[in-house]
Amino acid sequence: MDENVAEFLRRSILKIPLGEMKTILSAWNFLSEDQLQTVNLRQRKEFLAQEIILMCEEKCASVDDMALLDIVYTQVHRHQKLWNVFEMSKEPGEDVDLFDMKQFQSSFKKILQRALKNVTVSFKVDGKNAVWIRIAWGTQYSQPNQYKPTFVVYYPQTPYAFISSCRLKSTVPLLHQALKVATKHHQIVQLDLRSRHLDSLKAIVFREYDQTFENHNSTVPLQEGSLGLNMSLDSNIIHENMEEKERIHRVTQDTFGAYPQPQLEFAQYKLETKFKSDISGGILADRKEPLRCLIKFSSPHLLEALKSLAPAGIADAPLSPLLTCIPKKKMNYFKIRDK
Amino acid sequence: MSVLRPMDKLPDLNRATVLLVGTQDALLQKLAESMLQEQCASELRVHLANSLPLPSNVNRPRIDLIVFVINLHSQYSLRNVEECLSHVDSSFFLGKVCFLATGAGRESHCSVHQNTVIKLAHTYRSPLLFCDLEVESFRVTMAQRLVRMLQICAGHVPGISAVNLLSLLRRSDSPPSKEL
Repeated sequence: MDENVAEFLRRSILKIPLGEMKTILSAWNFLSEDQLQTVNLRQRKEFLAQEIILMCEEKCASVDDMALLDIVYTQVHRHQKLWNVFEMSKEPGEDVDLFDMKQFQSSFKKILQRALKNVTVSFKVDGKNAVWIRIAWGTQYSQPNQYKPTFVVYYPQTPYAFISSCRLKSTVPLLHQALKVATKHHQIVQLDLRSRHLDSLKAIVFREYDQTFENHNSTVPLQEGSLGLNMSLDSNIIHENMEEKERIHRVTQDTFGAYPQPQLEFAQYKLETKFKSDISGGILADRKEPLRCLIKFSSPHLLEALKSLAPAGIADAPLSPLLTCIPKKKMNYFKIRDK
Repeated sequence: MSVLRPMDKLPDLNRATVLLVGTQDALLQKLAESMLQEQCASELRVHLANSLPLPSNVNRPRIDLIVFVINLHSQYSLRNVEECLSHVDSSFFLGKVCFLATGAGRESHCSVHQNTVIKLAHTYRSPLLFCDLEVESFRVTMAQRLVRMLQICAGHVPGISAVNLLSLLRRSDSPPSKEL
């Protein structure tokens, strides 16, 4: 086994938390069951890495095997990457092709290798039929850098691909080209949708989050305690605005639905509009140029946070459509201009 | 009944009713619970409202004290209170209104300046109390204080009236000035 491969493996092992070592190694499916049994997890990670390197040397492991381990690790730690969403489209009137996994993989790999010569491309199909692609970039004259790979998650026969943010900007057009050709699409555009939660992005673009909405009957009368507040049973506390509360609950339910929201961490609004105000005579009122500003909302769970604004009494219901349209428009980066 | 008046109903025997007005239900609810846990000779009723005017289709007892809760973290809560004030009859401001500003503890979160609420309370000649309602011990103390005020406003404490109390609670450092 090559020295570089051993080092790559060592670094990969050191990255994995001890608690997840067993599951990741068995998901990797490279070491045999017997070998996994003999791995001593009760030692320092450096020794553990050494032990695994020895095992892999016996089996003559290659860079490709190590790349698969990296994919398994990334599948478990997918939230550590920032994912971008890309939408591909076909020419109008074009037939839907049947997807052949083998053909996809070979043509994708061929395009990248033809252009760069030195590139490591690895594929792994996960349990939900998505293809995980890991690309370690090199150039014509240098070996691929295994430590700054790009990950692509593609769901066959859909026009969507999720690509992890990549620092090597020069490789982006090539990657798009390869995806386009391998999936037989004509165009690829980046959506203004980014998040660390790959599954939520997937739920948004495939509209999986509101599947329960169809059978949700909005005429069902509100039940006690369904307003999100634990109304006290104390008869000495009287809520005066019950009707208003029910209205807010209904409006929130109508805009967000009764299901849990997909998880996003931020939304960004870039404003380039004229300043409007009810109070005339402000210093900004007569400005001809647009007012430029950037507004960022961030939260561990942005959409749930927005959903609970009105019921908590922090904002008026209904909220501005700019805030509520995020999943519908598949966007969390907005640019607002005067019409 | 769009304007709330203090004296348009007869009082119930030994009952004191407070109206808490604020946008954040959860905080009001907690404050109400703390108030009801206080030992008190009068029978307490706590009404919670997000905004005024109150719905007119229900029969409610005479309201002895209105507490406007302003969250300093939210401009929205201040604006809401300002709008509500126009639905309160002026005779209420003879000691039966108080302002309660919460959230001053975490200054970095504040979007309403303390001076703004001080001015507001001053304009309406009503006492302003500061308390972080999120902190339980502070809330319990505040509940104690409000219950005591409520008893006075309801006329359950002999020898002192709401107007008396108002003059006692007036800030000594800022005598009522004419420019406001």
